[in-house]
Amino acid sequence: MKDANARLSGTGLTLAYDKRTIAEDLDVAVPDGSFTVIVGPNACGKSTLLRALARILKPASGTVVLDGEPIAGWPAKKLARTLGLLPQSSIAPEGITVADLVSRGRYPHQGLLRQWSREDERVVTESMEATGVAALADRPVDELSGGQRQRVWIAMALAQQTPLLLLDEPTTYLDIAHQIEVLDLCARLHEEGRTVVAVLHDLNHAARYATHMIAMRDGAIVAEGGPDTVVTAELVEEVFRLPCRVIECPETGTPLVVPAARAARVAAGT
Amino acid sequence: MPLTRTAPPTAPARAPATPAPPSSRRHSVRALGLVAAVLLLLAVLVLSLAVGAKPLSAGQAWDGLLHRGSDSYTVVHQMRLPRTLLGLLAGVALGLAGAVMQAVTRNPLADPGLLGISAGASAAVVSAISFLGIVSFAGFVWFAFAGAGAVAVLLYAVGGGRGATPARLALAGSALNAALYSYVNAVQLLDTASLDRMRFWTVGSLAAAQTSTVEKVAPFVAAGLVLALLLARPLNAMAMGEDAARALGTDPGRVKIVSIAAITLLCGAATAACGPIIFVGLMVPHLVRALTGPDLRWLLPYCAVLAPALMLAADVLGRVVVRPSELQVGIVMVVAGGPVFLYFVRRPRSKAVAS
Amino acid sequence: MKPAGAKGAAGVKGAVIRTPNGMSLRFSPRAVAVAVLCLAVALGVGVLLIGSGDFPMGPADVVRTLLGNGTPADSLIVNEIRLPRAAAGLAVGAALGLAGAIFQSLTRNPLGSPDVLGFSQGAATGVLGVIVLTGGGSAAVAAGAAAGGLLTGAVVYAVAGRHGAHGQRLILVGIGVAAILTGVNGYLLTQAKITDAARAVLWLTGSLNGRDWADAAPVLAALAVLGPLVVVGCGRALRMLEMGDDAAHGLGVPIERARLIMLAAAVLLTSFAAAAAGPVSFVALTAPQLARRLTRAPGPNLLPSMCMGAALLVAADWAAQRAFTGHQLPVGVVTGLLGGGYLVWLLVTQRKTGRI
Repeated sequence: MKDANARLSGTGLTLAYDKRTIAEDLDVAVPDGSFTVIVGPNACGKSTLLRALARILKPASGTVVLDGEPIAGWPAKKLARTLGLLPQSSIAPEGITVADLVSRGRYPHQGLLRQWSREDERVVTESMEATGVAALADRPVDELSGGQRQRVWIAMALAQQTPLLLLDEPTTYLDIAHQIEVLDLCARLHEEGRTVVAVLHDLNHAARYATHMIAMRDGAIVAEGGPDTVVTAELVEEVFRLPCRVIECPETGTPLVVPAARAARVAAGT
Repeated sequence: MPLTRTAPPTAPARAPATPAPPSSRRHSVRALGLVAAVLLLLAVLVLSLAVGAKPLSAGQAWDGLLHRGSDSYTVVHQMRLPRTLLGLLAGVALGLAGAVMQAVTRNPLADPGLLGISAGASAAVVSAISFLGIVSFAGFVWFAFAGAGAVAVLLYAVGGGRGATPARLALAGSALNAALYSYVNAVQLLDTASLDRMRFWTVGSLAAAQTSTVEKVAPFVAAGLVLALLLARPLNAMAMGEDAARALGTDPGRVKIVSIAAITLLCGAATAACGPIIFVGLMVPHLVRALTGPDLRWLLPYCAVLAPALMLAADVLGRVVVRPSELQVGIVMVVAGGPVFLYFVRRPRSKAVAS
Repeated sequence: MKPAGAKGAAGVKGAVIRTPNGMSLRFSPRAVAVAVLCLAVALGVGVLLIGSGDFPMGPADVVRTLLGNGTPADSLIVNEIRLPRAAAGLAVGAALGLAGAIFQSLTRNPLGSPDVLGFSQGAATGVLGVIVLTGGGSAAVAAGAAAGGLLTGAVVYAVAGRHGAHGQRLILVGIGVAAILTGVNGYLLTQAKITDAARAVLWLTGSLNGRDWADAAPVLAALAVLGPLVVVGCGRALRMLEMGDDAAHGLGVPIERARLIMLAAAVLLTSFAAAAAGPVSFVALTAPQLARRLTRAPGPNLLPSMCMGAALLVAADWAAQRAFTGHQLPVGVVTGLLGGGYLVWLLVTQRKTGRI
């Protein structure tokens, strides 16, 4: 199952917090140039896997490999120039403006004597334009709406100029319009040539935007592949324990999950 | 004082998976447990009467307690009895104050000593001693109430704010604690005579207990006890959040005011009588919660019985460990309770604390 | 070299200096102005402080003497007696301001200061231990303060755990340790003779009375070494850490190493400050807060906090000498009262923001 072309992959990963094991012996590869989405029910270990790929969580055993080198040995700043991360919980320092926050994404490119080059300035401007927050540049982040704030954080990760971008539940707590807005942005970043990996809650969103999907349950990878092969009625029932029908989305032609009616599920005894 | 209009549910606050109906069997187990706790307290009371510079057997202590003519009458009545009774009252007060604080702030780290309420009482008492020359308990107990009440109100203002997590409230309380202690230090510095008197009091000790103090502190603790027990049902409702409490017909504003009054009475009285003692109010409710679950109608009586048992046991221990000298009960409590607190903070799954 | 405008093209705040060979420096003009202003106030009050005492001197005389042009009598008083005290005050204030800024940034809470997290109490335990158990002189007491603070730092770090040294758990462990040490300190105080107890309480409050060069030298040295290391070397990493561990990690900050270095530096600064003047309360809590209010800049504001701390401490010392004629208060009484008042104000006004 291992893809020789993958820049980012993990083999034999056992993931644990303190003594609590979340996942054992995972093999995973992120296809180059893909928009990979990891899905699964709550507490299946999908965010944990993403954290291990980003080196936030050190695997209890196994290795994550980036560009042929074990990720554990990468210098911190070099890693941050290759692999960008949008964590689930970030704190905007009190009173910081949008432009200042986005400019912090340049940290891995800076040094003691190179604190703010013209290149930094250009990239920050571009990142804000790409995410549509340029007009908000002088506004304090505290005052923004949830959707705007999420785009600002994505802009910061973008300013890192990494070929790989990892996003941990980028649409949580957003309303449907803002969710689509953020996913559209991710899709565009992918089209521009980045490899994007995201953890998403919503199966239908995942099926619509992903080029590659990884479905997890109880710390194990149940299925992976294109949305057409992963999002099937059988697999959704196996992964989420939810009887459903999968139809073709009238808008995009991608699979669309429709939960079975309550009467049908009661009859089936679930 | 009808604090609730409808009965709150007896379901546990932190909503475990199965809200088991309170079966009569469970009630009888809890009732039996309470009886056992009372027996434990009685045993510690006897121990507290018997252990000291002149050790007595249980029989001698009993004799001394009841028979005016016996050899041990003087020792028991002059020294051990007031000290034991004061420990009993202070223990009841601090245990209940801690339990009520933890319930009303929904904060597992709340403790009157740790969050500066005792320090507020100390600062007021030290001011009264030093600036106004008040030396009698009857005089400075009112200052203790004022100091404890002021800190309680301030803390509640902070704890009620948006996004106030247990750690944040603990931090605010500790900062107040530090500020008040630096004030106490400053006053002592300017007045060496009161330093000599107060340095023993600020540690938290039962050694100087007198019958008159016991008599004066008892009514306040009794009043606080009644208030606290009345709060059990409305605080059960508050455990699920103010909105849920309101939906169940409880008036959160009134519950908070009564809670602050109870905490002030209990903590002010205990601090005025024997100085600031920390961790009793933290440890005992946690221990009891493991036995009874979060239902305050059981938790509060258990605390009222087990907190004085712990307090007196610590005092007895303090009399024994460094003979012929004594360790003050406040020190024993800190040395024993501090590690418990640290253990509790470190537990990997205490998400409620570290959120 | 040409400074860009106050605002870059990207709308990023701050001024930039770039050299033709690709080097660039970015700073906030307002923060620099605040730092310079605080430093000027600190030095100005320092001059007033040197001029006041049993033999009052005008500021002009003081400055002339400091520059080496004074009368022999003046230069004896200034250089041997009053300058060491003023220098100790400036250094202690700067060290506490810097340490407070680091602690507040690491704990992500405006109340995370050494007074609350147990380090001041640890220094006090060291002082009391030396005074009560050995009756040692001032050098031994200073060593006790430093050792107590450092030991407490090690214990807090060990108990909080390598992975727990961030925000909340550090705070909670610190609070627990502070509570334990407060009890231990109270006990040690009851074990002392009353004369020793009075001397110990003076130490616990924090005082600059009678400080000579031997007292001032360690904290000056600590500041000279750690100040640049922290402000220049770690300031930017600390700024990234404020956004949360995951975000900082994603930006390439080696979080555990950076945090350990910052924590060690802050504990060292606090301990050396306590060795020179005792655990002067609340300077570490208020200085970074006030500095931030003036700079209006996010981030740890290390340099302005440091200068603010120095200004606060010498101003408090000056006020302490003036408050009652004929009776010198220890500086810790003034900082304690002012800091306590500020704390209450902070709690009342900031409770709605959810930052405390």
